[in-house]
Amino acid sequence: MEIETKDVEHLANLARIVVSDSEKEVLRHDLGEILTYVSQVKEVTATLGEKQVGRLHNVMRPDENPHAAESFTEDLVAAAPARDGNRVLVKKIL
Amino acid sequence: MDISTLTIKKAHDLLVKKEITARELAEQFLKVAHDTADLNAYREIFDDALCAADEAQKIIDAGKATMLTGIPLAFKDNILIKGKIAGASSKMLENYRASYDAGVTTKLRNAGAIFLGRTNMDEFAMGSSTENSAYGVTKNPHDKSRVPGGSSGGSAAALAAGTVLGSLGSDTGGSIRQPAAFCGVVGLKPTYGTVSRSGLIAMASSLDQIGPLTKTVEDSEILFDAMRGHDPLDSTSYPDEFQRPTYKKPKVIGVPVDFVHMKGVDPRVLKNFEDSIEKMKKIGYEIREISLPSLAHGLAVYYILMPAEVSSNLARLDGIRYGYHADGANLLEDYARSRGEGFGRETRRRILLGTYVLSSGYYDAYYGRARAVQELLRTDLEKAFEGVDIIATPTTPTAAFKIGEKADDPLQMYLADIFTVPVNIAGVPAISIPSGFVEEEGVKLPLGLQFIGPSFGEAALFAAGKDFENARGF
Repeated sequence: MEIETKDVEHLANLARIVVSDSEKEVLRHDLGEILTYVSQVKEVTATLGEKQVGRLHNVMRPDENPHAAESFTEDLVAAAPARDGNRVLVKKIL
Repeated sequence: MDISTLTIKKAHDLLVKKEITARELAEQFLKVAHDTADLNAYREIFDDALCAADEAQKIIDAGKATMLTGIPLAFKDNILIKGKIAGASSKMLENYRASYDAGVTTKLRNAGAIFLGRTNMDEFAMGSSTENSAYGVTKNPHDKSRVPGGSSGGSAAALAAGTVLGSLGSDTGGSIRQPAAFCGVVGLKPTYGTVSRSGLIAMASSLDQIGPLTKTVEDSEILFDAMRGHDPLDSTSYPDEFQRPTYKKPKVIGVPVDFVHMKGVDPRVLKNFEDSIEKMKKIGYEIREISLPSLAHGLAVYYILMPAEVSSNLARLDGIRYGYHADGANLLEDYARSRGEGFGRETRRRILLGTYVLSSGYYDAYYGRARAVQELLRTDLEKAFEGVDIIATPTTPTAAFKIGEKADDPLQMYLADIFTVPVNIAGVPAISIPSGFVEEEGVKLPLGLQFIGPSFGEAALFAAGKDFENARGF
């Protein structure tokens, strides 16, 4: 599986991760090797015919018994790198 | 008293007979933990362990002790204990303090267990050697130049070094069983959904499962029984009626011969495996050769499904709500720099891999097909369990490898999990039990025998495991 440097850059961009130039080269090589290995699933499924359907279903919790307001607020906001009162502080996006 | 020969069961007996107090017991284990600090098994030894021991003593004195009251345990660094740091051995969560207890934490706390500390691991449980920890590798107590396995390497080493009587790990592709084999202890990966994942820092949610590392199979059963059970806070946890199947003593052991003899397995591992199977035969088990070709594809399925889930689960770590933050010129740069600097090399690699297999145009070719092979593997195993009660393989293809030996070759590192990964792909339970040693440079390195059971078949694993412990001859 041939992976190019621009593919690595695109993936890093999608994943929101800064990757150094030296690491891009390592990743290009590693991702290519790993993708070649996992591509065996294509040969295995080539003979499978009909697409297999999973056996999973969603499990939802009943929408009831809400916890008291603000019982977790301090713990959760305290974990934020920057806060303003009871709000998490972020840079403006507009 | 020599605490190195104690098990959970033996320590419990001493505690309830008042031959030792919970504080005395905890003090002795804490001393060993401090004396073996060079192993780097712990991220932190808790300073409130002795207070917890005093509380446990009150329960014992009141005659209300459970099997785990006063028993010192170590937690992997990805299981939440309210008020304590749970860092997943990542720079990203270095200062993250848990705001609630994990499901297993609540259960073990209520049972009166002592939490001695949190153990080192591969960052976010990604690895097979603990070399991916942001805080340095853990050393194998049997040979300090070798890895303890991973990702629960700290938990395995902490136990093997005698610092606790049991420890908790999490197993996504072998992360309990492989380090258990490398360190010479028992490791159990329960059936998916039997132990709550609430409060376990998620790696690949459809595969992750918390389980115990212990010295004996009996102790493994004690810890599993204390941790199992439905939890409404984990929507993938099974209702309790699933968890108590009618118990049938296992008699027939299936050996997937082609799978076990695949390329890259150390001949000494194979010899040890065959000797172990022979011992089970001698005590009355029937051995049946079976063919399970889909098992060999488990690792390929794993390296598609797992990174896909990793890339999704770790998207929440953006440097805004909690965890490591690096400042950029704008919000997008804040994200990318926080993630680039907060995550280690292997974590970045797997996130990119997951991003690739989920991206438009590749989703069907990789993720979709991997799910189809997963279904094939599950069906094949279900069929196999119609003819045999349990399946046996070696736990690992080799004994513990040298620190640094595979660090620069991710694919070689991934192959260390070839025997354990299919179990997670199928969701079934498996246990690794010490089965002997190989000698390298004059040092005896432990090996493990893996028993795989059908879903909810832990009882069969414990029964066969105890028989093997009696038969193995050490």
